[in-house]
Amino acid sequence: MSMPFYVAVDQQMKDRADFAQKGIARGRSLVAVEYVAGVLLCAENPSRNLHKISEIYDRIGFGGVGRYNEYDQLRIAGIRHADLKGFTYSRDDVDSQALANLYAQIMGQIFTHETKPLEVEILVAAVGYRPEGNRLFHIRFDGSVTDEDGFAVLGGEAESIRERLKTTYTAGQDLGAALRVAVAALAGPDRSLAAADLEVASLDRLSEGRCFRRLDDEAVAGLLDSAPAAAAAPEASGPADPEA
Amino acid sequence: MTLPSFSPGDDPGPSFTGLLARLDVPYGVPAVPAAGSSVGSAGPGHGLDLPHGTTVVASKFADGVIMAGDRRATSGNLIAHRTMRKVFAADRWSGVAIAGAAGPALDMVKLFQLQLQHYEKVEGHALSLEGKANQLSQMLKGNLAAAMQGMVVVPIFAGFDRHRGYGRLFAYDVTGGRYEEEDFVASGSGSLFARTAIKLGYAETNTRDQAVDLLIRALFTAADDDSATGGPDAVRRIYPIVAVITERGYEELTDDEVAARFEVVLAEHASRSNGGTAGGSSAS
Repeated sequence: MSMPFYVAVDQQMKDRADFAQKGIARGRSLVAVEYVAGVLLCAENPSRNLHKISEIYDRIGFGGVGRYNEYDQLRIAGIRHADLKGFTYSRDDVDSQALANLYAQIMGQIFTHETKPLEVEILVAAVGYRPEGNRLFHIRFDGSVTDEDGFAVLGGEAESIRERLKTTYTAGQDLGAALRVAVAALAGPDRSLAAADLEVASLDRLSEGRCFRRLDDEAVAGLLDSAPAAAAAPEASGPADPEA
Repeated sequence: MTLPSFSPGDDPGPSFTGLLARLDVPYGVPAVPAAGSSVGSAGPGHGLDLPHGTTVVASKFADGVIMAGDRRATSGNLIAHRTMRKVFAADRWSGVAIAGAAGPALDMVKLFQLQLQHYEKVEGHALSLEGKANQLSQMLKGNLAAAMQGMVVVPIFAGFDRHRGYGRLFAYDVTGGRYEEEDFVASGSGSLFARTAIKLGYAETNTRDQAVDLLIRALFTAADDDSATGGPDAVRRIYPIVAVITERGYEELTDDEVAARFEVVLAEHASRSNGGTAGGSSAS
């Protein structure tokens, strides 16, 4: 019987973190930006069907980067948690922080105990009834949580995107301005992203009930094209068009 | 509350009731074993005078479907609630109206709405209209044991079928039997009167306004002859809930609009029946 080699704990953790980071860096990034009437979620995603952004509950949205199957499982678990909680207590009792903590718990558990850590980073975004009620929880592969203010960036190139956003983001922008800032930060100085390369959704504070809206390519293109002077933001594509 | 996770073979998929069952969360009305005759003839529902919702109606019209329900709930000969809601949005493109035992019916609506929404969120797209109608059928089947004890729920489901491009109507029986209706349907204690009233004015080509007037007249007729159905209450400003479902989705009329339509219908009624006494009898 052979004895396994001893590996120092810090080395083990470092190896795992390197592995997870490498996996995450292979995919494209996602940003969330608060705007005057809610939270905008924007990801570089050429796929029409494999969503990075989705709806969890009335005022809670989800974003994931990295391995699709892994963050999709987390997404579904989040929907189940939220719907169960809303069913057991009330719709008002479903909150983003509890969900973020549960995600952190399970991702931390997998990071330290399973053979392979998750190669994902996720975002739990919630829109408040007032701007100061917005929440952006960024949860990393090892279960560490950060509570971001104003904007959050997930993915391999997060650092450079965050630097760009720091200079261009201001609080209280309208939807179009927030989207242009987000897309410019995602693209960087050398590229430009068209509506077809993007997946965009918003959590609209003023909506009743379900606040999550997907913006279709037409709406995104309209918002990207509209000059900053044109304050009137075109209407979003309307409540998610689920049967289309 | 934990984060539910399942092994691939054990996953409940997009079904919320499946999830509840997998986690042993109780839902619906539990069937009470019939324990002798102490509580009623056939079970607890019979002896208890539970609140009952009464008359709901639905009809097709040129642009889609329309549904309406009075606001009264009765317990035996008492009025249990004056403002009960019996017409609900099931999701953005469909509505459900309920008649029968109020408790289980409201529970069923809540679970039905959640089931549709849960499916939509997990799968990323909504069920087809037919799929939604079948879901309601299965929930009724789940309620059969309670129905046999007197807690009967008979819903109507209506929606705009966005794949086919027209409105559709579904009626149900207590066993979950599902019947697609071509024109109109009524359910509940006053349904006999309401159905007849609709029959007299129904046409496929009815406009929205004609359809609204028709259903309002049907509910008025039902309230006129069925004591369990509530009529318009101008004093408390309680009016039936009327919802129109077209390709634009589910929309409810405001109380003011329903009140205005009622005034027209009542004036018509008064002029036709010579001062509104038709059907009454003179004591002198």
